[in-house]
Amino acid sequence: MTRFVIRRLLYAILVLWLVSTLVFVFLHVSPVPVERVIGGPRATTDTLEQIRRNLGLDEPVIVQYWDFLKRLVQGDLGDSYINGTPVTDLIANRLPTTLWLVLGAGVVWFVGGVVTGVLSATRARSLWDRAVTVFVLVGLSTPPFVMALILLFLFSTKLSEAGFRFFEAGPPLQEHFFQRMILPWAALAFLMVAMYTRLTRGAMLDVLGEDYIRTARAKGVTERRVVYRHGLRSALTPVVTQFGIDLGALIGSTIVTEKVFGLQGVGQLVYQSIALGDTPVIIGVTLMVTLFVIVANLVVDVGYSFLDPRVRLA
Amino acid sequence: MSYSELEPDIIPADAEPVRVQGRTPFQLAWSRFRRDRLAVASIAVLALMVLFAALAPVWASWTGHPYDQTFPKTGLDPDGLPKGPSGDFWLGADQLGRDVLVRSAYGARISLVVGVCAAVLASIAGVLVGTLAGFVGGVLDTVLARLMDITLALPYLLVAIMLATTFQISSVGASLTMTILVIAFFSFAAFGRIIRGQVMSLKQKEFVEAARSLGASNVRIMLVDVLPNLVAQVTVLTSLLIPTSIVFEATLSFLGVGVRLPMPSWGSMLGEGSDVFQTAWWLLIVPGVLLLLTTLSFNLLGDGIRDALDPRGDRVAGRK
Repeated sequence: MTRFVIRRLLYAILVLWLVSTLVFVFLHVSPVPVERVIGGPRATTDTLEQIRRNLGLDEPVIVQYWDFLKRLVQGDLGDSYINGTPVTDLIANRLPTTLWLVLGAGVVWFVGGVVTGVLSATRARSLWDRAVTVFVLVGLSTPPFVMALILLFLFSTKLSEAGFRFFEAGPPLQEHFFQRMILPWAALAFLMVAMYTRLTRGAMLDVLGEDYIRTARAKGVTERRVVYRHGLRSALTPVVTQFGIDLGALIGSTIVTEKVFGLQGVGQLVYQSIALGDTPVIIGVTLMVTLFVIVANLVVDVGYSFLDPRVRLA
Repeated sequence: MSYSELEPDIIPADAEPVRVQGRTPFQLAWSRFRRDRLAVASIAVLALMVLFAALAPVWASWTGHPYDQTFPKTGLDPDGLPKGPSGDFWLGADQLGRDVLVRSAYGARISLVVGVCAAVLASIAGVLVGTLAGFVGGVLDTVLARLMDITLALPYLLVAIMLATTFQISSVGASLTMTILVIAFFSFAAFGRIIRGQVMSLKQKEFVEAARSLGASNVRIMLVDVLPNLVAQVTVLTSLLIPTSIVFEATLSFLGVGVRLPMPSWGSMLGEGSDVFQTAWWLLIVPGVLLLLTTLSFNLLGDGIRDALDPRGDRVAGRK
């Protein structure tokens, strides 16, 4: 067991190192002169030279790479090109909004997906099941940003009239929290509900075909108990696994939702940095999200190996 | 010697000889596919979409509105707001007074080209890497499998954005190529993983053993015995990868890091128009519906192909 955990941990570190190296290479082969971005179009040659020296760009590549890695290990992601603020501060400032967005949407899609999935698996081929299949297909075909735009188009006027303050960028998140979050949650969860419905339905149908379910029914266990106690319990394992992975991965794809709804989260930070050419911020967020994904995978793998000893051998 | 002499009771002398026509797997799949009404309908929709895209220059010359030209006099009202669908602008004008119909047609070109090219590229790379990893095994397999794992762990949207901002590509052609390459790169790993699993299980099959005992080389086994067995799977996966790639492109263009201006894309049309949706609904509805229709049709088509190639599977509820 310990060996398994250590092996997974080493692998996680390897992936992080590879990704940061990749990022460094990108930064290095980029044809955009950094000193121009910082100094502006009217900077003199001397100023540009000074900026290069301050950033350590006059050093050999190997030295720069070593410094880059050393700072990363210390948790230093560099400073923003535009205003010189440490990237970690910028991210820390924005992270709570994104986390609340993902967590809230996660609750919505997990509960929604599992409930519709179970209902359609237990009523296979019914009218309800067919309706759900259509919904899943539409859900899987709708890009998240289109869903967000449609929700905004349909409800923004009505919600404003009803006194909802869902579109405020300024005040801290706690103010009108639910009023502001409800549309983003719905937009982010829509596609995922479709995916989780499909996943739960498939897992549930597999499990309900197992012999021990027949045994339970033969014993005279009530149908309700068969479905929820015996069936759902083991059908949930793959769903929970996927949930862990998706939660980590989704932090990287809230950009669109945050942009459409004007939420000041990490995604919006990236979006604003695109226009400004503020590469350190984009890189910092990329590395942070990779860390989230890897940690989520690690937790899922290790947790799984506690539940299912077969995994450890693989 | 006739049949009647040998089997006088079984075949009457005057009976028409009954001949059973052998049908190829492709013919069988095609006959199953034809009966799938949803899949056939989605092909029709996609054919119309291709026609719409192919005729983009025709729409432009017909209406007299090139895709990148603004018409502030005829397309915008005195307040500077875009005018809705009319005899002049069939699907309305956008916030700068450009023709939404013409731009949508050019956007359809981008979506279809990027979707198909990225999916085909990803499947070629996926089959190559997956087959090599699964068939050769050993160190090569470890390296390739890990490579695919790492690719899957990357936050694809962020890396795509990073690439677009660090390289500052400004020409339409270069940005189109890069968008296709980025999408293909982030799609090949999931593809390759499935193929690798398939190849590993095929490798254990008796017919591979038979081929080996007959002295077939590894290359021959891979090309003649293993690859043909993957055709069905690859076709299905590729067709389902197209809608994903279209969505990916639209998302990148929506954020302004996909296909560059002045070339319109459905994603960038949605992004640019999002400020005036409340007054100009057609800027949301036209590209949004086109995008949804295309991805939905490709998804239905992919499901149809899967059902046709794999008769055991049943898309409609409950095969257990």
